[in-house]
Amino acid sequence: MDWFLQQLINGLALGSIYALIALGYTMVYGVLRFINFAHSDVLMLGAFSAYFLAPAVEKIIPLPSIAGALIIVLLSAVICAGIGMLIEFLAYRPLRSRPKLTVLITAIGVSLFIEFTCQHPAVLGADTKSFPRLLVENDLHLGGLVIGSNDLVIVATTLLLLAGLWFIVQHTKTGTAMRAVSFNQQAAALMGININRIIAFTFGLGSALAAVAGILYAMKAPGIDPLMGVQPGLRAFVAAVLGGIGNLPGAALGGLLLGLLETYAGGTPGLSNYRDGIAFAILILILLFKPAGLLGKATVEKV
Amino acid sequence: MNGAKRWLIAGIILAVVISQFTGAFNRYYLGITIDIGINIILAVSLNLINGHTGQFSLGHAGFMAVGGYSAAKFTLVCAQMVPESLHPLLFLVALILGGLLAAVAGLLVGVPSLRLRGDYLAIVTLGFGEIIRVIVQNMESVGAASGLKGIPKDTTLGWTFALAAVTIYVVASLVNSTYGRGFIAVSDDEVAASSMGINPVRYKVTAFVIGAFFAGIAGGLYAHHKQFLSPTGFDFFKSIDIVVMVILGGMGRTVGVIMAAILLTILPEFLREFADYRMIIYSLLIITLMIARPQGLFTFGKKKGAVA
Repeated sequence: MDWFLQQLINGLALGSIYALIALGYTMVYGVLRFINFAHSDVLMLGAFSAYFLAPAVEKIIPLPSIAGALIIVLLSAVICAGIGMLIEFLAYRPLRSRPKLTVLITAIGVSLFIEFTCQHPAVLGADTKSFPRLLVENDLHLGGLVIGSNDLVIVATTLLLLAGLWFIVQHTKTGTAMRAVSFNQQAAALMGININRIIAFTFGLGSALAAVAGILYAMKAPGIDPLMGVQPGLRAFVAAVLGGIGNLPGAALGGLLLGLLETYAGGTPGLSNYRDGIAFAILILILLFKPAGLLGKATVEKV
Repeated sequence: MNGAKRWLIAGIILAVVISQFTGAFNRYYLGITIDIGINIILAVSLNLINGHTGQFSLGHAGFMAVGGYSAAKFTLVCAQMVPESLHPLLFLVALILGGLLAAVAGLLVGVPSLRLRGDYLAIVTLGFGEIIRVIVQNMESVGAASGLKGIPKDTTLGWTFALAAVTIYVVASLVNSTYGRGFIAVSDDEVAASSMGINPVRYKVTAFVIGAFFAGIAGGLYAHHKQFLSPTGFDFFKSIDIVVMVILGGMGRTVGVIMAAILLTILPEFLREFADYRMIIYSLLIITLMIARPQGLFTFGKKKGAVA
């Protein structure tokens, strides 16, 4: 029983991070209908922004502290929002009217460009760097259970951001415009919506969430490196598909499910070696049996 | 006998003749030349899936791994049981076995492609490649994470180029046949093709099976050329290498893809001291090509129905 609950806690924390990343994939897919491969690298840049900001912030506010962590997270989110919008402007906007495949290949190119530029010794270097401690870490002991304070922070942050995102999308003018663009770009443009502005905003918002997810992921991981975003990025993409891509609650649900499944599999002897493959096996199964995802609606393609 | 068959026979004879003189080759150049042949097989076979049929596969390294590992394991197990004189035959059997197992893997990937297209299929093939890598990494019988060592050095220039000639011939004559026009139809517009009575599912699965078969052969050649296989050699970045050859050459253009395979094998050798920049250059190449010249670098004139 203890084992079961312990894995539940670990799985929820991991799943929350996947959910945050998956939201970015789903939002971009919603408005532009393509997979933004570079999203996982924005996550990595978020973690590195925090890594470089931490010593600077520490001069003003001592770390680890809540105020210091908040400032670092906010600044990293702003930086990554800018990077996300820049990527959209430079690489994706010129291709807006081209076939989907062209955009997909470009996205892979952008992702590789960020990864390998950062791996270059003159930029970040390929070696693993240890992430600074942003918050005081305490373990809560409940019976036989150990709950890390970081895990609580991760789950709480995710819930807060989910609520914020839900509010933006459902109750603001920009959110309504986002939904309109996602529904029908041409019609939205005819209604006087500035498509470019909305798409840029979507990229910015998704990238900011990715930055936060990257920092949360780095707090759990032993170290950060330029390729750290690849695995969680792929998993989060699977989560987005699992929940029904383009669907915000679906992305959150998919992230949590995937995090839980992976943690339980990782804790099971015999299965643990295969945990890297589990996400993809789920992906293939879900696409075979329910291609629209758990919460998605099936669509028919016409000529 | 048509022109393509004559070229095929000429190519194979040339490969066999050249292989008689490889003793005089500098080992370094010989190695690179074999690499070129293997990459041609990989790029041409991926071109059938990505270029001609218009499905974007990101898991070609996975098929290569299936073929490479099974062929290598086969020769390692059988080498002692068979007299020395029969080893070339054994090698051929190993290659075909690797190809067939990879084709089975291709069939498995082809099944999801019944319902998926575009970026969904790309991510499924990527996932499939990762699953193969994870399985190989956990299989003690093929050396798990530390890799499979001591594979006999059976790959020769003759074998490589003879098989490259076969690959080019099969893919080109398939696509130029009446049956093969279906691949192009599926690539141009799947929904329209199916309304004209073409069964896109059959063509898509066929492309995956044939493409995977030749990737498996290339894997077997690679294994018996490098004499060492490791799971990390078949990761996402290896698949990307092959994809870049196809994109650079021009999707669906066999000649362009062959040129790109040659160029992208030789270029890194010249740029050895700039090895840090190789992937940066690759990625910039992809982005610039997609924005400025999405039809590929080695394509001139208008794309016609027939591609050779």
